[in-house]
Amino acid sequence: MAANLFQVLQTLLVLLLAPLFAGYLQNARALLQNRRPAGILQPYRDLLRLFHKESIIAEGTSWLFRATPYLLFAAMWLAAGIVPILATALPLAPAADVIALVGLFALARVFQVLAAMDTGTAFGTLGARREMLVAAMAEPALLAALFTASLLSHSTSLSSIVDHLESLRFALHPSMVFAAAAFFMVLLAENARIPVDNPATHLELTMIHEAMILEYSGRHLALVEWAAQIKLLLYVGIGIALFLPWGIAPAGDLAALPAAAFWLALKLLAAGAVLAVIETLLAKLRLFRAPEFMATAFLLGVIGLLSYFMLGA
Amino acid sequence: MLVSAHIAVWGTSLLKLLAAMLLLIGFAMLAQRRLLTLIHLLAWQGFVLALGTALVALLTGQTELWYSAALSLGLKALLIPAVLHRLLRRLKVRGDVEAVINIPTTLLLGIVLVIFAFSLAAPISALTGTITRGMVGIALAAVLLSFLMMITRRKAISQVVGFLAMDNGLFFAATSATLGMPMIVELGVALDALIGFVILGIFFFQMRETFDSMDLSHLERIREE
Amino acid sequence: MTAVLPLDLAMAALLSWLGLGLLGFALGGYQTLACRAVFPLSTMGGLLLAAAGLWASTATPDVLQISGPFPVLPWSFRLDPLSGFFLILLGLLAAAVSVFATGYFRPLPAAALRRLFLQYQGFLLGMGLVLLADNAYTFLVAWEIMAIASYFLVVTEHEEEGSRRAGFLYLLIAHLGALAILLGFAVLAGVQILQGGSFAAMMQAQLSPFWASAAFLLTFFGFGAKAGLLPLHIWLPEAHPAAPAPVSALMSGAMLQTAFYGMLRVDFLFLPQAAEWWGPFVLLVGLASALFAVLFAAAQTDMKRLLAYSSMENMGLIMVAMGLALIFRAHGLNALAALALIAALYHALNHAFFKSLLFLGSGSVLHAAGTVAMDRLGGLIQRMPQTAFFMLVGVLAIAGLPPLNGFVSEWLLLQAFLLAPALPQSTLSAVLPLAASGVVLSAALAAYAMVKFYGISFLGQPRAHLPVHETGRWERSAMGLLAMACVALGLFPGVLIGLLDPVIREMVGQGLGQQGWLWLTPVSAQRASYSPVMFLFGIALALGVAFVLVWWRFGRPLRRAGVWACGFPLRTARMQDSPLGFVEPLLRIFRPVFQLRREALSTAAPRLGLQLGEPVTAYLYRPLAATAAWLSAQMVRLQQGRITVYLLYSFLTLLLLLALLR
Repeated sequence: MAANLFQVLQTLLVLLLAPLFAGYLQNARALLQNRRPAGILQPYRDLLRLFHKESIIAEGTSWLFRATPYLLFAAMWLAAGIVPILATALPLAPAADVIALVGLFALARVFQVLAAMDTGTAFGTLGARREMLVAAMAEPALLAALFTASLLSHSTSLSSIVDHLESLRFALHPSMVFAAAAFFMVLLAENARIPVDNPATHLELTMIHEAMILEYSGRHLALVEWAAQIKLLLYVGIGIALFLPWGIAPAGDLAALPAAAFWLALKLLAAGAVLAVIETLLAKLRLFRAPEFMATAFLLGVIGLLSYFMLGA
Repeated sequence: MLVSAHIAVWGTSLLKLLAAMLLLIGFAMLAQRRLLTLIHLLAWQGFVLALGTALVALLTGQTELWYSAALSLGLKALLIPAVLHRLLRRLKVRGDVEAVINIPTTLLLGIVLVIFAFSLAAPISALTGTITRGMVGIALAAVLLSFLMMITRRKAISQVVGFLAMDNGLFFAATSATLGMPMIVELGVALDALIGFVILGIFFFQMRETFDSMDLSHLERIREE
Repeated sequence: MTAVLPLDLAMAALLSWLGLGLLGFALGGYQTLACRAVFPLSTMGGLLLAAAGLWASTATPDVLQISGPFPVLPWSFRLDPLSGFFLILLGLLAAAVSVFATGYFRPLPAAALRRLFLQYQGFLLGMGLVLLADNAYTFLVAWEIMAIASYFLVVTEHEEEGSRRAGFLYLLIAHLGALAILLGFAVLAGVQILQGGSFAAMMQAQLSPFWASAAFLLTFFGFGAKAGLLPLHIWLPEAHPAAPAPVSALMSGAMLQTAFYGMLRVDFLFLPQAAEWWGPFVLLVGLASALFAVLFAAAQTDMKRLLAYSSMENMGLIMVAMGLALIFRAHGLNALAALALIAALYHALNHAFFKSLLFLGSGSVLHAAGTVAMDRLGGLIQRMPQTAFFMLVGVLAIAGLPPLNGFVSEWLLLQAFLLAPALPQSTLSAVLPLAASGVVLSAALAAYAMVKFYGISFLGQPRAHLPVHETGRWERSAMGLLAMACVALGLFPGVLIGLLDPVIREMVGQGLGQQGWLWLTPVSAQRASYSPVMFLFGIALALGVAFVLVWWRFGRPLRRAGVWACGFPLRTARMQDSPLGFVEPLLRIFRPVFQLRREALSTAAPRLGLQLGEPVTAYLYRPLAATAAWLSAQMVRLQQGRITVYLLYSFLTLLLLLALLR
């Protein structure tokens, strides 16, 4: 019973926390860049405003275009119930291991890309092909990073990985350090962050994610934006589960909840700060440097895997 | 000198991390397009080496290794990179490193080499029961990677960097496999490297005066026909 | 009268196909009647065959021998669980494709239709016989029936030069392959080959490591030629698209799998003492084929050619799984080999369903729009919504997305890869996860290619004015059935794995045991679990809740308006990506693989065209052909035309022979 409570709690928490995390990120970045921040709650206001606006359906689009925002949101919501962000061993967790989670993200991505192609505009197809390229290049790197963690803990289930790594409290695994670096690079690429994409741009030559969602408006746009925010939080959550698993509560253990919440807040604050610093320091790469970025991530992942086998850790 | 078990565990992990860093730096050198960054990477490699040696000294309690670590730090992390840096400026070599093969292919070759080194070193690692188990493979891989870098580059300076990186790899192999060579051998090796370095430095100036370039392809002209 | 056995059932189904071919030949004049009678009955035959295959997985294998025209060469058949599995695949696929064919072939002229019935049913019969054959003689005869029937189907449109060329190439490589298989069987059976080379004798053969490897290589070459593995694949992208859509579906879905069947039978049943290098070799060839093929699939501009290359990619992935199984088995890890084999067999079945679905869909597009050239298509989802929906299912399945079937086999394969550290040889266990990255890269690129396939042809604006209409009822129901199969295989993997258990046991002596219908836990629940049903349920629930909530709180009527597109006023269909433009980044990154030629830009026709070339043709087959031509030219010198010279040759030969006899 308590486990189910945790399940509901986390599913809602991730949903509601995602805009806050995005707002924190925006604020931190603004502060670092000597701009006046818009306030940490701005994403909520944006979402609410968008929800109240009228939605316009572009002429010549099919049902795919209308269904995609809901599908994106649903996919992310489901993932929010699986990733051990607040607690491990949630009732839903066995439904998908980490490979299936990657598959879930891929499903959402394919629908987003198809919806972009459905608009039949130059921007839509341009964003679509760039997104598929980045994804295709990022996936092997992501797998190499995930494989390292899985090999170490003999499991692909995120809950088991967290449990195993938590039990190795005082070991520093070189392979995991590299895997973490690779994972971080993939996180930047998959969530349309600098240096692969720029979340704040509307310049046609550089945008990837924004190009795909140009035709959305009103509540559809709100759902797409919200899904993107949840996705970022989930990726950060997966990263935390893999590489900094300490302090995640086992589901059902109410006593561990406050500590888990505290650690989660701390880790998210730190992760957001790192992201903000990265996005301030780096410039967006030329599109054809993006594959090199991904290749570097893959190389890091491979070094992680190799050092797991060579050093046995 | 006895260290607590806790530090031993952490120290071993840290040592493994340093070994992996060495591998990473090796790959970074392969992937690097700019000479200046290459020299920085060399300095980092020396620094990692010094740190690793110091760590082994701490873990095993061999005082000699402390000197060795200090020597590495002074010579490999600071002096040689600084000299190379100055050389670069005085020779006014500019521009990118020209690679013979394109970089992704080189990196793939590098991965193959690492696997090869790993398969070579696997039986050796199985024999050694020390804390440094598995590091022979990494050291060997670092040597092979530096060799690959020397093969695939055209500019003379990158070859020197490759040579020094190879020396670093050998040094690491020695430290990790045998827990340090006798001091006298180590000093000899360091001196050798230094002399080689000096000779190459002179050679650079000669080369520039003769060809007005640092591109090694010019040397092809002076072979006997 | 003894009880009916599964083998009798299977033979009855095959005979019914033979009879239907003749019936169709007789009825050919009445097109509608012939199509409506023969093809649905053929569907029944397919279902019967599948039932026989299903039954065989629980029954003991039975044998049937019929004396043939040559007394020492009997026709010999046997139905064991391995054959049974592939019979299920063939039967179900033939059933669905025949439903499609009922509508699809009706517009054909009478003479063409007559021929087609014979060839189509003969093709099905040949594949069935291959799977049932129990000696080398029967196997090779059936193999030839399959090859020749499919050759005639490939050259159905023999008026076109490309079709004839594709057919010739196909026939050439098919026969090279058949020759290699014959030699391989000869090595396996020894003198027994003169009595037909019974498979039972091959299973008992004690071969030295050298001859075992020779047999392995010969059969791998022969079956690999049929499976379209690198570098023997060049016929595949030519022949598969040239055939009519239902035939392409059968060729990609079932015929390629007969090659896989042959490899399984030889490598796992005839050669239990595998050398250590076989597995890595198969894995490497498979991975190279998959990566090569997926890049070329992405670059194609013709729907059917794209699918043909994608078939090659999928065969490559199946080979990767089989190679992994061989590796595990060579080190005595039979339980892990079982997991890898399940991944391979599962993928074979998946591929049969989603690829035939996609080929049938392209056939519908061809009938509806008159072309499958993607640079003339676009926006088909508006005019043929049902076809578009079924194709979407197929595309999502083949792109390896959960909760559909393509993902299940991919997931199983990755799980098998993750068990690599159990291998005693440390280098191999370190390399295998890297191979897994290659598999993932190929899957991700396959998603790219499939998104292109669907997005360019079905979405966006039409690129040309074509009179598109929705396809017929028979066609749609066939596609619907296949789409349902893809969903079912995706949702209930546990059931299929349970069915596969006897097949796996036959090959490696161990299975995974029964899985529940809800959870898929190949090793242990602790290690990895996946539940497609909960997955789908979760998404559906979240979707419903999100939709209701949004609609309830913020539901305002939607408004249709022109596309915004950053405010650019002009919007024409040509502003969308062209099929090649969509993969331009890939062409650029993997430039060395593609033999790209830019066509000159002329002022008269301001279009920049790109021509793709096959590197394998350029670097392997052209030099080979040139060498052969050169050798032949040298032979011409022997032809002097003077009778005395020819007498001299005979004389020299005689002397040589005498010297040898001495």
